Amino acid sequence: MTEPTEPTGPLVELRDVKVHFPIKSGVLFDRTIGHVYAVDGVSLAINRGETYGLVGESGCGKSTLGRGLLRLVEPTDGEIVFDGTDLRALKDEPMRRIRRRIQMIFQDPLSSLDPRQSVESLLVEGLKAHGLAKDKAAVDKRLREALAAVGLPASALSKYPHEFSGGQRQRIGIARALVLEPDLIVADEPVSALDVSIQAQVLNLLDELQDERGLTYLIIAHDLAVVRHIADTVGVMYLGGLVEEASSDDLYREPMHPYTRALMSAVPVPDPQVEDRRERILLAGDLPSPANPPAGCRFHTRCPWAQPTRCADERPALREVLDGHRVACHYAEDIAAGKIRPHEVEPELVRPDDGAAPGETGELIPTP
Amino acid sequence: MSDPIIQPTVGAQRESVDPSAVTEKREGTLPRGLDRLGERKRARLEQLAQATADKGGVSLVRDAFRRLRRNPTAMVGASIVALFVLVAIFAPLLAPHDPAQRFDELTKNLTVDSIPGASSEFPLGSDPLGRDFLSRMIHGSRQTLFVGVLATLIGLALGVLVGALAGAFGGWVDNILMRFTDVMLALPALLLAISLVAMASRSSQWTVILAVAIVNVPIFARLLRGSMLAQRESDHVLAARALGVKRGAIVLRHMLPNAMTAVIVQATLTLSTAILEAASLSFLGLGDPDINRAEWGLMLGVDGQRYFEVRPELAYFPAVAIIVVALGFTLLGEGMREAIDPKSRR
Amino acid sequence: MSLLDVRDLSVVFQRRGERPFTAVDEVSFSVEPGQTVGLVGESGCGKSVTSLAIMGLLPQRGNKVTGEVNFDGADLLKLRPDDLRDRRGRDIGMIFQDPLSSLNPVIPIGTQVAEVLERHRGMDHKAALKEARELLDAVGIPDPTRRLKEYPHQISGGMRQRALIAIALACKPRLLIADEPTTALDVTIQAQILTLLKELVDETGTALIMITHDLGVVAGLCDTVNVLYGGKIVERAERHELFARPRHPYTHGLLNSVPRLDSPRGERLHAIRGSVADNIPWAEGCAFAPRCDNVVDACLDGTPPLEPTANGGDLRCNNPVSEEVAVP
Repeated sequence: MTEPTEPTGPLVELRDVKVHFPIKSGVLFDRTIGHVYAVDGVSLAINRGETYGLVGESGCGKSTLGRGLLRLVEPTDGEIVFDGTDLRALKDEPMRRIRRRIQMIFQDPLSSLDPRQSVESLLVEGLKAHGLAKDKAAVDKRLREALAAVGLPASALSKYPHEFSGGQRQRIGIARALVLEPDLIVADEPVSALDVSIQAQVLNLLDELQDERGLTYLIIAHDLAVVRHIADTVGVMYLGGLVEEASSDDLYREPMHPYTRALMSAVPVPDPQVEDRRERILLAGDLPSPANPPAGCRFHTRCPWAQPTRCADERPALREVLDGHRVACHYAEDIAAGKIRPHEVEPELVRPDDGAAPGETGELIPTP
Repeated sequence: MSDPIIQPTVGAQRESVDPSAVTEKREGTLPRGLDRLGERKRARLEQLAQATADKGGVSLVRDAFRRLRRNPTAMVGASIVALFVLVAIFAPLLAPHDPAQRFDELTKNLTVDSIPGASSEFPLGSDPLGRDFLSRMIHGSRQTLFVGVLATLIGLALGVLVGALAGAFGGWVDNILMRFTDVMLALPALLLAISLVAMASRSSQWTVILAVAIVNVPIFARLLRGSMLAQRESDHVLAARALGVKRGAIVLRHMLPNAMTAVIVQATLTLSTAILEAASLSFLGLGDPDINRAEWGLMLGVDGQRYFEVRPELAYFPAVAIIVVALGFTLLGEGMREAIDPKSRR
Repeated sequence: MSLLDVRDLSVVFQRRGERPFTAVDEVSFSVEPGQTVGLVGESGCGKSVTSLAIMGLLPQRGNKVTGEVNFDGADLLKLRPDDLRDRRGRDIGMIFQDPLSSLNPVIPIGTQVAEVLERHRGMDHKAALKEARELLDAVGIPDPTRRLKEYPHQISGGMRQRALIAIALACKPRLLIADEPTTALDVTIQAQILTLLKELVDETGTALIMITHDLGVVAGLCDTVNVLYGGKIVERAERHELFARPRHPYTHGLLNSVPRLDSPRGERLHAIRGSVADNIPWAEGCAFAPRCDNVVDACLDGTPPLEPTANGGDLRCNNPVSEEVAVP
């Protein structure tokens, strides 16, 4: 098992990572006519043995960031330092070899497992790729251990993915990552495709594995409650950038960024008394297109606390407002102190295909 | 549950062990709650659980094969194909006579406006040259199978090569290969085949086979490339990359095999069109010049057409044989397509 | 009299060469005018099939629907297809999970709303378009005049769901069935849509059947909640009652297994073991028995009956969770 080496010091550090996808068009020759700014300057650090949770809504770039970390999509800019190595400087072959130490768990457990492979061949594949499948008996032992660790019987080895239920498939996906004894596991929406009662099983399993093996997790999810439950540190993403980062408890106790506040107030709680009492901060309109993000603070078009100065023309940096609590908002302190009151926002119309159409306003959606 | 018709297959997916059960089993106790049950009831519960458990280890291919066997249309197609193949293999044993031999008792009755019909020795009568028509029909199946299978296999091999290269490399390799197949697809298949045969200095059955094969290359290439590209975007290929599997291994072990299913189904369907195309070429007189060779297309085109007024059976039998065999392959191919992807079923 | 009264509704799917599968098993519930009723359960529990059966939208072949669906004095299951279609647009509206596939991609949104008005309310095209504009406005679509001429792919997912709600509301139906209306949407958009639905129900007096797997959605919206498991209702209770004192071990387990934003961190979630694949047939006993912490001998002696509880709900359990055990 991987020893939890010194618990301090980050295992992974991202510095100003950007992933831009070119938008191409043209009849004969493709020309780049713009970029989708999927991830636009994210810096974060994940400590050894810790769980970093990344939340945000669809289109905020959280999945792209996770894939960018593994260079499954090529980052455009920035540094990714994994255990002292800059991943972006690595050539193909060393990058491939270092992937043994960074594993990934996917959202849809069925589509991420090759339907033609039996569980055994799924699990052996990674070992083979890294030259660890030399000794038949040792491999067999390793597979059985991995399966036992995720709570599947050894008889599962000869079965195929389609013969399992959703929760079991996700366990196979986790076993496939574990077999290589990685240091870091990037889990992209690990439970969102599962039924509620199965989600808890998988979350508990991830928790147990971390305790046993000292794994470091980057958990990417849209469900704030899930992330808060499992993560030590939570980062909130909006439109390609990190808007707030704090320890899980701090973030919940005192969300400082207006977007985090809105997100938190929007999560339904299975308790009628809470639901009846709580005040919802309803955001006006939709997420602007990442191909045409608003100038200044990315959130200012929907922000109930937006101010006439700075918000629209100066992009706020992620700065430490409280101890270990970083916020990307010019007015974080004033909002926290209640000096600025929320106001109504006119929703800007967002088109899914060609980005935000500027200057169109319409029906007011009142914010309480 | 967006699709109410997809019912959870009870038993096929059992969460047989869960973490709580595992941890508690380690301590040698029952899963929580079950200790309250009486001995008999607990046994009953386990029995019910066993009833829904399944043996497992059924690969997708075997599963598809099971579905194929349950599909009556596919089975009709398979029977036709099986019969056809058997006849072709055992043609020398089944045929009562030598197909190339001209029989005196038939030739002496041949006139301009009459060809001898059925008799006890020659059940289907004579062909225009005094040969046994039944034996020629039976031997014709060999030729048809040979041409159809070989043309399909060659087409498949070349198409897979082109498609796999395009799908695996992408970029300019893909661009050049696909523009090339576009050009070939733009020409009508038969016209292309005719031109290819015409280009050969001397036509033989090999020119027919090659022509039909080449006509099918772009179809296979396009299909394979398309599904390879879809595979490239799929989660399991991404998962393999994340595992650190080498590029070549991803193409050969993940993208190609998963993309091939569609191509193999297409190959079955192509068998029927290849048979038809080969028959068309023979019909047009572009086939094998050897008059002794029995071939359905040739029999239909030369003898059947010329002597249609005299003896229409000379056209009917080869025509029906071609249609039935082509239908058999089509039914089997469609059945395979359904079996592999049950969602395509209407 | 109830607006909708579902009695012993069963849906059995039967496919050639396969064992029949009971998706909905003698489900009974009723909806009063203006009431919001929740149908909650995990995938495969029969909640969506129930709604499709009520609407008569199940495929014609391969299934058998029995029971009664009384709406306003008429049994919907016995209506002629034409009459049913008429009811479907005029008296009962439906909202689906995926707003993109529920809208016709080649027809402008305004026309799609107007068509419903023309068909069911006999309006001429001009009046219908005007009314459509007002409907889009009412469901909070910005700049409705321009949106009328736009196609579904030109607006965002949240706006599409609003457009779909506008279509469902076009004829001022007395009953609205919403099948996972927010599952495909982001949390902040979900909050917008749920608030909209709540306002509409309050303003128009429409009854609403809310079908969802998300207990959080139910908690803020529904008056009465029906919990389904394996095709049967296992518990029915008033909303506050259900969440404060869940009696069925399944409901109890579900509430315990979801991580909550306001629950203390760091402890293990109390997961329900196994999966729905472990279910035993209802004829043998309680389908939930193999996964249940409270299982007793009686649970394997045939189907437990749905019996009224002291708190005005109904419960199908031999050994319910005691009332004192509160959800943490």
